Amino acid sequence: MADTATGAAPDRARASEQGAVGRFLQATEIDTRMLGMVGALVLIWLGLHFLSGGLFLTPRNLWNLSVQSASIAVMATGMVLVIVTRNIDLSVGSILGFVGMIMGVLQVTILPQMAGIAQGSPALWILALLAGLGVSLLIGAFQGFLVAYLSIPAFIVTLGGLLVWRGAAWWVTSGQTVAPMNPTFRLIGGGPEGSIGAFWSWVVGLAACAAVAVLLANGRRQRRRFKFPQRPVWAEVFLGALACVLILGAVGVANSYPWPAAIVRRYAQANNLSVPDGGLFIAHGIAIPVLIAVAVGIVMTFLTNRTRFGRYVFAIGGNPEAAALAGINTRWVLLKIFALMGLLAGVAAAISTARLNAATNAQGTLDELLTIAAAVIGGTSLAGGAGTIAGAMLGALLMQSLQSGMVLLGIDTPLQNIVVGAVLVVAVWLDTLYRKRA
Amino acid sequence: MDNHAAPLVEMRDISIAFGGIRAVDGASIDLYPGEVVALLGHNGAGKSTLIKILSGAYKRDAGTILVNGEEASIANPRDAKKYGIETIYQTLALADNVDAAANLFLGREIMTPFGTLDDAAMEAKAREVMGRLNPRFQRFKEPVVKLSGGQRQSVAIARAILFDARILIMDEPTAALGPQETAQVSELVMQLKKEGIGIFLISHDIHDVFDLADRVCVMKNGRVVGTARTSDVTQDEVLGMIILGKCPPGAVPGPGAMTLAA
Repeated sequence: MADTATGAAPDRARASEQGAVGRFLQATEIDTRMLGMVGALVLIWLGLHFLSGGLFLTPRNLWNLSVQSASIAVMATGMVLVIVTRNIDLSVGSILGFVGMIMGVLQVTILPQMAGIAQGSPALWILALLAGLGVSLLIGAFQGFLVAYLSIPAFIVTLGGLLVWRGAAWWVTSGQTVAPMNPTFRLIGGGPEGSIGAFWSWVVGLAACAAVAVLLANGRRQRRRFKFPQRPVWAEVFLGALACVLILGAVGVANSYPWPAAIVRRYAQANNLSVPDGGLFIAHGIAIPVLIAVAVGIVMTFLTNRTRFGRYVFAIGGNPEAAALAGINTRWVLLKIFALMGLLAGVAAAISTARLNAATNAQGTLDELLTIAAAVIGGTSLAGGAGTIAGAMLGALLMQSLQSGMVLLGIDTPLQNIVVGAVLVVAVWLDTLYRKRA
Repeated sequence: MDNHAAPLVEMRDISIAFGGIRAVDGASIDLYPGEVVALLGHNGAGKSTLIKILSGAYKRDAGTILVNGEEASIANPRDAKKYGIETIYQTLALADNVDAAANLFLGREIMTPFGTLDDAAMEAKAREVMGRLNPRFQRFKEPVVKLSGGQRQSVAIARAILFDARILIMDEPTAALGPQETAQVSELVMQLKKEGIGIFLISHDIHDVFDLADRVCVMKNGRVVGTARTSDVTQDEVLGMIILGKCPPGAVPGPGAMTLAA
């Protein structure tokens, strides 16, 4: 703020009133809202760790937590865009169920038996996956068409979708569960084999750190090019270091969760290895569904912040009429948002079907509510116009932390639901207070 | 003003109905380069509707629009912008939750060679334009909902002139402003006029209109009562046109003028 002109005087006056914390936040440009969420997550984690007698913050539990959060986190990124434009999608859980069923039936019966594709062929899982994603995209686009072009309220269209696709999931196999999935397909769902191992996890972690450095340097160069105020160098270094510590810390945790002894034994036999007395330590590393979720998060963040589409989504959320008057084809943007939401439900379907190693017609029941809750806890405003992808993913992690924490504590399911429901309401209330103050 | 040249815009026999109500009924109006034409009338007289047809927000039922003497097809706001028609709406029509630069370039973003938004370039250009309009404006990083009425107005005006507008529509541009800001807007209108931009001004303030406009066009019940040079009529006569629909001798009567027999 040093090089701004006279008009910045009030700003400077405000800055001098701030304490050390305020100056620190201003220099680093950290979002205080996001900071609050991370704080809440840390508190919940420490609380659960303490209550469970040290069971929560273990590599094993954190690794499982990351895998369990993946499918909701993927869908929450899309729900942000839906809610930002003042819409809602109640059908994602049912789309997940239906598409999971399609992926399952394709790889278990239709493709091998009717199309004659050999069981070992990679075409099997690739075709099943692509077909499932295609169907989910079409379902989303269809619902988006109804909302955008026929002006039916999204609440009604997707409430209908909730019933229709759940019923359709039942119809696919008349309610029968489909199992087991193709071994390669199952990697999408995690597990010891569905993780990338210690070496590649470090590679991914280091690559992510390098990417953070490049992004920070690039941002700085851009600001210099147009002579905008820059962050102090210490703030840039601090942010970069913080990000790298978090990334490498997460990789470290994933790499300290070993394979179970039975699987190690089987693996050793298959590869003619001898297992030493203390057992063989083979780390899980980052799970593939987590990698998928992170990749989806990065792509969606890019889409919302750096592309026209994302800019239009937020402009429509802020003032639909103004967006239309500015020449934005709001209907087409809306249709694309719902299509994207459908596609993400398809990705989530692949993850959860692979993780369960089965497709059932009840799969994804109530997921729409968890997804909406994750987005809202993550700071997406139901009034439209505000929300972040990272926040929604954190929200998903927070919801899942509560849920698996309570399982660890042995709390009954009804009480779990009561707690999750109460947390959602309180979180939104706190957010309302924050927005009023801001 | 050279009335022998083709008008910048000519709207001929424009009609539009909402349900059974004829909001605009056979209205004709024209505008020459460097001219300010004020549209006057009661609430619901059809001024805003007529102008929204020109800016592409509404689709007309009948009539033709000519830009520089050639027939223009305007079906949506994007078409209008292609003809250099920019609008500052009464409601300002800003996306409240994004910042000034995003609003200035909404629908016409500057992109990098990789097809991504070039926010830095947009902010730099926004600083340049806003610097000209309102040099004290510094709040580029905040969503426009946090700005004052005058600042929001600056953003709306900057957006209209950013892309070399040739025809500017200002719908109640000073409705939300204090006296000082109103004076600023008047100054801006004179400056744009000098640059040869044609301006349609919709206003309730008859003093404003006589200060700024070269001609007035009065509407009543969706019809044009009459058009007159501000030098040929008095304020009272214009009030008579607005209230009674009575066309004074100095004005060219339109289809909405009260007939003398009545």
